[in-house]
Amino acid sequence: MLILKNVEVFYGKIHAVKHVSLHVRKGEIVALIGANGAGKTTLLSTISGLIRAGSGSIIYEGSEITNRNPDAIVKMGISHVPEGRHIFKTLTVEDNLLLGSYHRYSLKRSTLIKKDMEKMYSMFPILEKRNKQLAGTLSGGEQQMLAIGRALMAEPRLLILDEPGTGLAPTIVKEIFSHIVQLRDNHELTVLLVEQNARSALKIADSGYVIETGRIIVQGTAEELLSNRDVQRAYLGRDVDAEVKI
Amino acid sequence: MFTVFLQFLFSGLTVGAVYALVGMGFNIIYNSTSIINMAQGEFVVIGGLLMWFFTESVKLPFFLAAGLTILSAGLVGLLMERLTIRPLKSADLLLMIMVTIAVSILMRGVLMFKFGKDPYTYAPFTEGEPFTVAGAVIQQQTLWVIGVTACCIVMLYIFFNKTMMGKAMRACAVDTTAAKLVGINVSRVVMISFVLSAMVGAIGGIAITPISLMEYDKGPMLAVKGFCAAIMGGLGRGRGAVIGGFAIGILESMTAGYLHSGMKDAVALVIMLAILFFRPAGLFGSVAMSRLRKF
Repeated sequence: MLILKNVEVFYGKIHAVKHVSLHVRKGEIVALIGANGAGKTTLLSTISGLIRAGSGSIIYEGSEITNRNPDAIVKMGISHVPEGRHIFKTLTVEDNLLLGSYHRYSLKRSTLIKKDMEKMYSMFPILEKRNKQLAGTLSGGEQQMLAIGRALMAEPRLLILDEPGTGLAPTIVKEIFSHIVQLRDNHELTVLLVEQNARSALKIADSGYVIETGRIIVQGTAEELLSNRDVQRAYLGRDVDAEVKI
Repeated sequence: MFTVFLQFLFSGLTVGAVYALVGMGFNIIYNSTSIINMAQGEFVVIGGLLMWFFTESVKLPFFLAAGLTILSAGLVGLLMERLTIRPLKSADLLLMIMVTIAVSILMRGVLMFKFGKDPYTYAPFTEGEPFTVAGAVIQQQTLWVIGVTACCIVMLYIFFNKTMMGKAMRACAVDTTAAKLVGINVSRVVMISFVLSAMVGAIGGIAITPISLMEYDKGPMLAVKGFCAAIMGGLGRGRGAVIGGFAIGILESMTAGYLHSGMKDAVALVIMLAILFFRPAGLFGSVAMSRLRKF
């Protein structure tokens, strides 16, 4: 569904992403794990068109989308929930969700979009309770749900999630992850997920990539990565070689 | 005594209405781009002078002339954005603001070539006897100015709060990254904001010219006053600019009446300095919000 070939990204002279190739298959959750500053967010922003790629190509559903504008990419069915949520803080919850459907909005479709909003409210009932509130007054978890809801309002086929769990209580992260799994199972949504908490990300993922200083160093199915010793040592907080056998 | 006060109050409301419109024009552009458009006053001048041109020179009927004037002003706003703001893209904000100053000087030059240095005026919207309220004389045009301003305020409110485009423009102001990610074409929003604020300025010019006359170089003073109005209410706040505009208009007219007419223009500047010293976020702006802003 999404193929990256030799993508390189530069920030001025900094070489942030180096020859990254990856493959996201339809209906899969793909986890991208790596330390801070490894280039994960940069890579995601390049896919959604916020940052220009220096070279390489990004192919989505068979068509080249490298360096298209973000609004064109949203129209093609890729929705990006950015790191730090980026909700519209001074707008109401309802308006935030409504703006999610911006690219497909027209007066004719407004009833359809209303229905989609109802779906979001049934997925995240707390948002309905707070629908007239300013989004900036929501708690962190609610803001994350709103950010995901807003992205889903665009009716994406590929959802890009950047660190949805940051700063949230583990129970809320669990809830959000279960929604993501449901979306994959029931709506065939494809998800590209970046998460600091590598273990929980790999638990729901089908496959994964490990990125280090801008380079993909390990790739495989989620089980392979979970049992890979290097990955365990670096990202899962478990060093098998140093463990004392009892 | 009271009659005189009332007279000053009404003349204050009249100029205040135009300051409010200019202030809102500032806010529309500031909110979607963080740019302070120093050519805002010229839009008002264009409104007044083109209206004169269409009614007195081409002899078009009133509504057609007004429509054409507003459309032309919108076109000027569009050209300004296309030719000077867009090519700069993500240049330094201060540079962009200086470019708007350059545009305002350019516009003044063109207006002087076309219209000369004389003040222009045309007939008020409706002919007829002025009203008297408790002895104070109120021209019919005064009511038109206030009414037209009120209509603009209401329409802008509806646009920004009830329509998808308006919401998208507010979204851009809050978070440009997120706006891009939901599929809003940010550069189009910037363009629309310039067109809209040029139109709002022109409407002010059309309404005020029969009362206060219009000449090619009125722009900078109007821009300063409108900017004071926007600063006073808290830059970026629609309601703030309206209240600020009327407040400055009334204070100005009171100063001219009770103190000295020469001090009139100083009032707005004194208010602006006081606001910047003691309450930089404006009377209605939040301090936290203004700290997060780029400018």
